[in-house]
Amino acid sequence: MAKFLRLTITVSGLLGIWWLVVWATSLPKFILPSPLQVFIKFSERYDIIFENAVTTATEILLGLAFGISLGVLSALAISIHRGVKQWVMPVLVASQAIPVFAIAPLLVLWFDYGITSKVVMATLIIYFPVTVSFLDGLNRTSSDWRDMASVMQSRSKSAAPMRLFRLYRYIKIPFALPALASGIRVAAAVAPIGAVVGEWVGSSSGLGYLMLHANGRMQTDLLFASLLTLTVMAISLFYLTDYILKLALKWQPDQETLT
Amino acid sequence: MVANDTSSVATAAMKDGATSAFDKKQKRGCSAIGLSITLPVISYSGNVILEDFKIELKPGTITCLLGPSGVGKTSILKSIAGILPLAAGSDIRASDGEAIMGRIAYMDQKDLLLPWSSALDNLLIAARLRGEKVDRHRAKALLAAVGLAGKASELPSTLSGGMRQRVSLARTLMDDAPIVLVDEPFSALDAITRHRLQALLAQLCAGRTTLMITHDPMEALRLGHQVYVLAGDPVKLTPIDDLGDQIPRDPTLSSLKEKYNQILDLLGMQKDLG
Repeated sequence: MAKFLRLTITVSGLLGIWWLVVWATSLPKFILPSPLQVFIKFSERYDIIFENAVTTATEILLGLAFGISLGVLSALAISIHRGVKQWVMPVLVASQAIPVFAIAPLLVLWFDYGITSKVVMATLIIYFPVTVSFLDGLNRTSSDWRDMASVMQSRSKSAAPMRLFRLYRYIKIPFALPALASGIRVAAAVAPIGAVVGEWVGSSSGLGYLMLHANGRMQTDLLFASLLTLTVMAISLFYLTDYILKLALKWQPDQETLT
Repeated sequence: MVANDTSSVATAAMKDGATSAFDKKQKRGCSAIGLSITLPVISYSGNVILEDFKIELKPGTITCLLGPSGVGKTSILKSIAGILPLAAGSDIRASDGEAIMGRIAYMDQKDLLLPWSSALDNLLIAARLRGEKVDRHRAKALLAAVGLAGKASELPSTLSGGMRQRVSLARTLMDDAPIVLVDEPFSALDAITRHRLQALLAQLCAGRTTLMITHDPMEALRLGHQVYVLAGDPVKLTPIDDLGDQIPRDPTLSSLKEKYNQILDLLGMQKDLG
């Protein structure tokens, strides 16, 4: 309840400041529309905003799915086989060193104006934090537990790869999950950036496209309405992810959440 | 907290119906074997800390190895368990001539419970790591034997330190290994809890060849059929003789006072006491 009250006060406070600035400077509508004008625009054009929001949401969620899967697989491969690290690590670092903004036009050229190029963009942004945090978690399994497992497995009759698989399945991966969760939290926060940047460079739908379109026609109120929708989406995604991770890792006693 | 935790474990275990089934199983699965261990070199992070270590473990008895920290006790235990690689010339021989690999259970100083698994699942981890069928029935009987019958579904974070160490002890016994290696299992516990758990360990490890490391002379005198002190400069292994076969002993007996002083002497503590 106190949380809800705090949220209400913060939101109405920000809206109040916005209103005050508009009132004090009497800027024209196409430079800075008032909150009411934005709200009216939103209620007039909500159908087109929602339609585009669905596109952006799809891109973000697909990007998250691919980025997290690829990141998890890479981290596992690097952790299991030291040699893989020497091959994959430079690619990983390069994927972060090159600004996404710089390769966005290329991606649009290769993958077309549809959602594929945006999904690739979001995937690229997400891949790195997920891989690095999960790998950190896997490497940090205490040697005490590994020793314990090795004594327990010493009477096992199964082949070495199966033993390794079970060591990961029952010890190493569970221990690395809190670290992976941190990576996923970062991923959820940055995924919308990838999607929207992709839409700016070239697209035929999505909130980024709608904003660019509105900006070009001086429909600043529509731009604000789209921007606020995107903000609400990004915040919901982050807190939903945080909540799910918190539930999934209930056993972690010293767990801190951001909500 | 303490009073709650140390509810009379041993008697509770005796009364429990599940225990008798567990005891039968234990006698059937386990034939005591002796071990003769020769470790020419023990090193810790590159430095040789102990040379020419030899010890005989009699079948089905508890041997306590006492010593100050840093003398290499844990390294000895880890070498026997196969965690540390053996130096050339090392020899660990079982009295029945078979390999010892796979017949050892190891209990660490820390409880090493998996924080995401219930007490029961923690007992099943060894079978899962080997891909074997899990024996829930036996796990439950063992939990009952350590006095935790009602805590099977609790996560380790909800258990007290003493309870966690009891789960850890039950997990060590889960494999029904004839050789049990125990590394200062109760050093982090308060005196009362430690006393209870010593009795429990003596009861549950009966019939298994057990090597227990400790830095507490009282604990060694209470539990060890054989007691050895590893100390001095250069470090050497000294047996404490004529202790008698019956364990657990009452360490406050006047007959043990002399042994206690002998151990303190060997550990070089006598002059500290003035």
